[in-house]
Amino acid sequence: MTEKEKYRAMFCDPNWDYETLQAADEVISRIGKEYLKLKTYPNQIEVVTSEQMLDAYALTGLPTSYPHWKFGKDFVLNQNNYTKGRMGLSYELVINSNPCISYNMENNSTCMMLLVIAHACQGHNAFFANNYMFLDWTSADSIVDYMAFAREYILKCEEEYGEEEVERVLDAAHALMNYGVDKYKKPTKLSALEENERLKKLTAIRHENYNELWRTLPQGTDEPDLLTSEEGRFPKEPEENILYFIEKYAPAMPQWKREIVRIVRKVSQYFYPQGATKVMNEGFATFVHYHIINKMFEEGYLNDGFMLEFIKSHSSVLFQPEYNSKFYSGLNPYTLGFNIFMDIKRICQEPTEEDQAWFPDLIGKDWLEQVLYVMENFRDDSFILQYLSPKVIRDMKLFTIIDNEGESEFQIGAIHNERGYRRVREQLASQYDRSSYIPNIQVTRVDRHQTSKLYLTHYMQKDRKLETKSARQTMAHLRYLWGFPVELHSKNKLGINESSFEVK
Amino acid sequence: MSHIIDRRKNDKGKSTGNRQKFLKRVESQIKKAIPDIISQESIKDSSTGGSVKVPVRGLEEPTFHHDPKTGKKQTVRPGNDKYREGDRVPKPKGGGAGSGSGRGKGSNSPEVTEDEFTVVLSREEFLKYFFDDLALPNMVKKLMDSTENFEMRRAGYTRDSVPSRLNIKSSYQQSLGRRLALKGVLDKKLALLEEQLSLATDPAEKAALAEEVEKVRRQANTLPFFEDIDLRYNNFERVPIPVTSAVMFCIMDVSASMGQHEKDIAKRFFTLLYIFLTRQYKNVELVFIRHHTEAKEVNEDEFFNSRESGGTVVAPSLKLMEQIMRTRYDDSWNVYCCQASDGDVWSKQDATECKRLLLEDILPSIQYMAYIEISNNPRESDLWQAYSRISDDDSFSIRQVYEPFEIWPVFQGLFRKRSAV
Repeated sequence: MTEKEKYRAMFCDPNWDYETLQAADEVISRIGKEYLKLKTYPNQIEVVTSEQMLDAYALTGLPTSYPHWKFGKDFVLNQNNYTKGRMGLSYELVINSNPCISYNMENNSTCMMLLVIAHACQGHNAFFANNYMFLDWTSADSIVDYMAFAREYILKCEEEYGEEEVERVLDAAHALMNYGVDKYKKPTKLSALEENERLKKLTAIRHENYNELWRTLPQGTDEPDLLTSEEGRFPKEPEENILYFIEKYAPAMPQWKREIVRIVRKVSQYFYPQGATKVMNEGFATFVHYHIINKMFEEGYLNDGFMLEFIKSHSSVLFQPEYNSKFYSGLNPYTLGFNIFMDIKRICQEPTEEDQAWFPDLIGKDWLEQVLYVMENFRDDSFILQYLSPKVIRDMKLFTIIDNEGESEFQIGAIHNERGYRRVREQLASQYDRSSYIPNIQVTRVDRHQTSKLYLTHYMQKDRKLETKSARQTMAHLRYLWGFPVELHSKNKLGINESSFEVK
Repeated sequence: MSHIIDRRKNDKGKSTGNRQKFLKRVESQIKKAIPDIISQESIKDSSTGGSVKVPVRGLEEPTFHHDPKTGKKQTVRPGNDKYREGDRVPKPKGGGAGSGSGRGKGSNSPEVTEDEFTVVLSREEFLKYFFDDLALPNMVKKLMDSTENFEMRRAGYTRDSVPSRLNIKSSYQQSLGRRLALKGVLDKKLALLEEQLSLATDPAEKAALAEEVEKVRRQANTLPFFEDIDLRYNNFERVPIPVTSAVMFCIMDVSASMGQHEKDIAKRFFTLLYIFLTRQYKNVELVFIRHHTEAKEVNEDEFFNSRESGGTVVAPSLKLMEQIMRTRYDDSWNVYCCQASDGDVWSKQDATECKRLLLEDILPSIQYMAYIEISNNPRESDLWQAYSRISDDDSFSIRQVYEPFEIWPVFQGLFRKRSAV
């Protein structure tokens, strides 16, 4: 088969060209589809230089974004680190969009290019296209259009209301970005066209309904009996999406500011699944590139030299320094995710007695079907809680450290033994739960009677307080957006106030 | 169906706008840091470096987050090598440990503290910040056509020059062309002759033709590779260049009354002026004159560092300056002068003499003179009194400074853009 020999010669030459990439994409897509049964968005593979990669980094991986100094800061920071050699750039960067855009560095070798195409254009792409988080919370079809709309809109606002005012709104909204996420209802999908349409309609309605008389009325008072009763309480249920609440209910906010808040909220929502599936996403993509490249080797597309380079890159991706190493900086999501997926495959194929007890559902099933099912239906915390097996805990020698405030010693909570497996697993899962790294703060009340004051409650978990300095600054931002006084109480599990922040 | 796109040819400046926004945000810090940077460097260094680093602080983007010191925390770590459940380990001093909960290692996001954060400004950006709102005094420049400076510029090729300027490429082109042309002619001739030869019947004619063919063939094979007419040389022309030179005289009092502090202030001031001039002129020369009872021209190092003492007479330094100006710098130079002193003079006469020298000899032929008095004495010194009468802020300004932080404002004051001029 001459075709295969031609490909083999191309792939084993460390210098690649356009044809090499095309051939690689063709073979890898075929294997992904036939062997791993992946359903993906079409790919758009872009070859970029290191400078363009830095640009892409600064825009947090979106092809375009609205202008803001934060992105400039990130750019300068990355550039400093990169030019000093303190930081390397990743080989690729992939965007959850349809078609799925991936940036590949120009200085990758052929082997790296193949690895990257398998990893990003099959692995990540399939994950974006099938995982329920992404399907529910993002719309890959319209994100690029939406960002183009956002950019245009903010530029227009800058022109009309001045850069400083726009920057002020964006700064404030960014401070609350973590609180711009809906976790329980599906956001409507809007393309740039519909978005513009919606705005036009909104203005038209306001034009039609405008009546000079309304301006002359004093601020209307609601029915007085409602104010004091429980029914007058607003909002009825606590609202955890603070940006949404501001957009909808800030008493004296001009429309354009609400629109900017909305844009930030949308971006935050778009990135929400990525934060919640880091381990799974990277683990699955690594699983995919590992299988695809090995399959290519089996089919005879690759030679031993290529495989040596591949194994070296693959294992450096999976490098997990131990807790006492100077390189240690947390668990490597690639390693953790890859190990769990590989173990699912192992359990399906060669279950041990232990696995019979822990994963009865997996025994004897088709490994690929199970892996795909897991990929589609979980996020990091549930994924770990369900599928972190005793074997992986033993292999990675996971253990927990308890660090209580006020105690002078750490305590070892659980280790990789019979007694510890479940606790390690639960602990690790809760670590990937959003509420463990983002304080749970919700809007609980607005004083609509007198002061328009906004009350927030921080529901403390495990006695963790808010960091005072940045909480104050964030409150100042919130005060600016809300336009009236704001107050926040940290409540412990008994419902008692532990600390308060107020901006009048 | 995949698309593969090569973006490498695309614009790489996607972040330029955001970077500008960011710089604008830290503008006040950059401006604040600039005088510090200057005071740490020697006069010339501060203008030769390609980039300037400005440490930037206070750029945190606040959000609600947990205070790492509080609460009951439990984290999972890999690689347990010795611990059993229930073991106790002393916490490291200084806290800080136990953080990093849950945040996996991003493959490419090293944590960088704000302290390490520096902005690297290009030379142009640096100067823009540095000289914002300043204008060069007396921008009326010396006449450009009176200049005697020339520059040699490339101007095509010439047929006759020295061997060192031989341009091999164009010479070879000429040679190639010549050889092709000649060979073509000879080849045609040869073909014709050979045809005649083959048709000829008379033996005498045949012999003659054969000889002719042999001759032409030899000619065609011995065309010289290079002939004199092939040679081309790089040509240069003398082009007059506009004046871009300035000389700056630094005059400092080094008498006993000038301490290290005063000298330091003076140095910073000179530095500022120097940088200011280098922005306007390609070539700035410095002349250092120091004086106590007598004036002497010295180098930069000696100017700032060597110790001397004695009384103070100012006039000789001005005389020396005038002399140097006349002998070394002709009319094509823009002359600036900056004098620093504590104001003490030996006698009123000296001050009067200085005033006369300035008025008659120096001021008419220089662009600008600045005098700074480094003193916190509220009483006006003799020199100050004498100078204040002739200072007009246009070509001669005087200011008083004592503390380092006053320098920048005074400098700005001296060179402030004058509105409606």
